[in-house]
Amino acid sequence: MKTIFKSLLSITIVSLVLSSCGNGGTSKKGALSSSAAEKVYVAPGEHDEFYAFVSGGFSGQLAVYGLPSGRLFKVIPVFSVDAEKAYGFNEETKPMLNTSHGFIPWDDSHHPDISQTNGVLDGRWVFINGNNTPRIAKIDLTTFETTEIIEIPNSAGNHSSSFVTENTEYVVAGTRFSIPYPQKDMPIEEYKGNFKGALTFISVDPEDGGMDIKFQIMMPGFNYDLSHPGRGASHGWFFFTTYNTEEANSLLEVNASQNDKDFIAAINWKKIEEYVNNGGGTKAPARYAHNVYDEETHTATSTMRKEVLIVNPSEVPGAVYFMPTPKSPHGCDVDPSGEYIVGNGKLAAELTIHSFSKMIKAIEEKKFDGEAYGIPILQYEATLAGVVKQPGLGPLHTEFDGKGNAYTTFFISSEVVKWKLGTWEVIDRKPTYYSVGHLMIPGGNSRKPFGKYVLAMNKITKDRYLPTGPEVTQSAQLYDITGDKMELLLDFPTIGEPHYAAGIPADIVAKNSKKIFKLEESKHKYVIRSESEAKVVREGNEVHIYMTMIRSHFAPDNIEGIQVGDKVYFHVTNLEQDYDVPHGISMIGAQTSELLIMPGQTETFVWYPKQVGVWPFYCTDFCSALHQEMQGYIRVSPKGSKVPIKFTLDGDAVDAE
Amino acid sequence: MKLKVIVLAVVVAFIASCGNEKKEEKSSTPVEVKKEVVKKEAEVNPMDNKGIGPITSMTLADIDDAMVAEGKEIFKMKCSACHKISKRVVGPALAGITERRSPEWIMNMILNPEEMVAKDPIAKKLLAEYLAPMANQNLTEKEARLILEYFRTKKAK
Repeated sequence: MKTIFKSLLSITIVSLVLSSCGNGGTSKKGALSSSAAEKVYVAPGEHDEFYAFVSGGFSGQLAVYGLPSGRLFKVIPVFSVDAEKAYGFNEETKPMLNTSHGFIPWDDSHHPDISQTNGVLDGRWVFINGNNTPRIAKIDLTTFETTEIIEIPNSAGNHSSSFVTENTEYVVAGTRFSIPYPQKDMPIEEYKGNFKGALTFISVDPEDGGMDIKFQIMMPGFNYDLSHPGRGASHGWFFFTTYNTEEANSLLEVNASQNDKDFIAAINWKKIEEYVNNGGGTKAPARYAHNVYDEETHTATSTMRKEVLIVNPSEVPGAVYFMPTPKSPHGCDVDPSGEYIVGNGKLAAELTIHSFSKMIKAIEEKKFDGEAYGIPILQYEATLAGVVKQPGLGPLHTEFDGKGNAYTTFFISSEVVKWKLGTWEVIDRKPTYYSVGHLMIPGGNSRKPFGKYVLAMNKITKDRYLPTGPEVTQSAQLYDITGDKMELLLDFPTIGEPHYAAGIPADIVAKNSKKIFKLEESKHKYVIRSESEAKVVREGNEVHIYMTMIRSHFAPDNIEGIQVGDKVYFHVTNLEQDYDVPHGISMIGAQTSELLIMPGQTETFVWYPKQVGVWPFYCTDFCSALHQEMQGYIRVSPKGSKVPIKFTLDGDAVDAE
Repeated sequence: MKLKVIVLAVVVAFIASCGNEKKEEKSSTPVEVKKEVVKKEAEVNPMDNKGIGPITSMTLADIDDAMVAEGKEIFKMKCSACHKISKRVVGPALAGITERRSPEWIMNMILNPEEMVAKDPIAKKLLAEYLAPMANQNLTEKEARLILEYFRTKKAK
């Protein structure tokens, strides 16, 4: 008996050892894999399944995270300067932040959206809007760098942006604040009827992604809050939520909440495009910057554009309609089939869902309920597909899993609610911590969502993390949505305000990610391709240093003949052609940032020497075992000194042999 | 009692096998084995060492002047920041390189430097001496071949 007991015990021990061993080796596939920790655990050296591009809100940037781990990979500077990457500090990228108001070092970035082909994410570019000084930026997903920014004229609070149509024909930018059009000095109280709201359609070149404002629709002076494109059958239409149809100009929290219903504006952009292509619209004077970063010259240029094409909606019959939607709708979300348009009435007790096919029928049957500024208002019941009853408090945004379910965030009741399209029944609800704004399912704005996770982005975190003084971290939360019930897996901190995000399976993007820039392909104005081309050239009081860097020295590294009062340009080329070997450079007293130069790239900073002496510069990115040796000296002589320009490496002129 | 021992042995075996699996993934080859390889290879004529990489064997014709000229330009752009012909800088001076090393070794050192400095006995010794690892400049096989042709004109004298 004793022996049997012992052997049983032994078998138990053996099986315990076996099972723990199995789990350790195969990490995610073990029998105990139902724990949240294992679902988000990406073992050292392994890669995440999704990229999440999370906007930085008031940081003005775009952060790249991995899902499900929530690990931060990169912060891509977009609308704000970034000293780490010299964005907005080096001569090459300063033009990116130029606007009609001059150089603007900051903005508020909100809604990233990934380019699509045939309604499916293609992973070529991410677009994102700057709210404050209205702009749309494009980030290239081969380099993960901002390569184009276009300013939006006649717009203010560029919020119902930057969503793409299903072949990336257009990226759309709608104004949140209406303003006088054209801008003029006038009493604010004369807002009503005089202010206008511009909806801007920016065409995207299918080859190089080049952006151009095709037309602006000059709408009544409401607030255009959010938007989404139609898809499938509704491709060719765009939907915008509006609030402040009261056209109030003060204390909007009371005065813009008077009407029982505001509108979702349905825009037939194909019809307007045809009208414009046939010569329709009015060319109007405007002033807006168009900034393009050239991948070959590694340099941005800013061009001031002078004209924009304005379309008055009343001139294109059948192109614009209003669908009444209860109580200041915020999010305007279209399901993957393109049939349902969800209006998230933020002060409403119910969610309102419009039907695209019913809308078309109502238009055909002229089921109108009056008009606003010449735009027909459709009867509420005629377009209504259904309502989700008592789903929560303060609905803001809805996304879809591609399996017939929708997920809506509720700001006031701090929760994500899962409900079923068609039956409108609530299936599940899970709390968020706290006050959730947007949520994101990878591929959420497309025909093909990847419905494995939903990412909820919160406005308040209070007690969720260690306190860091009055300002505490912002946060996102990841839920598993593969089962009937959602499961909270992970909290992770984010940069700035995680306003909205766009997610995509990693394999679509990772394979295109660039590793180096080929030296021989560089068309930078100041590139040098070998140390033998290094030189220092004086042109009056401007001095141009053509310098190279490689593990681990600069060439030249001893420079003489610089004088107080000079303007010294460092044009520095990284000669490395190996992956992940950037070098940095910084100069004592330079009133700018370091440069962080990728292999094969040239960058420029300006230094104004103010004091006589011998001053060092050094490499700022730990590049090799001899990184600490990567340094140089510049001799600064008094103005008018006879010390000639001289530049050397190891005491010799820099040469190749 | 006997049973206890057997069970214990089984448990130990499982633990051990489990531990081994993990080690194999992470750690590099044991140090002692490496030493033996170095000893053996050091006695070999360096001209017989073809290195490790894509090039296993090659035969050279007479020097082609056009190839030399092209090779010189590529060398200038991609290599000369660290290698001069006449003097040691970051890397060794290259005059006479084709008299010291086999053409295959030179090609493999250009095309596959990471593996060479990790495994090839001569390359390992060079890394220990110079400390800066040979950089991978992402050259094509054709570009490396042109550089080799240029090297053939740079004798030790």
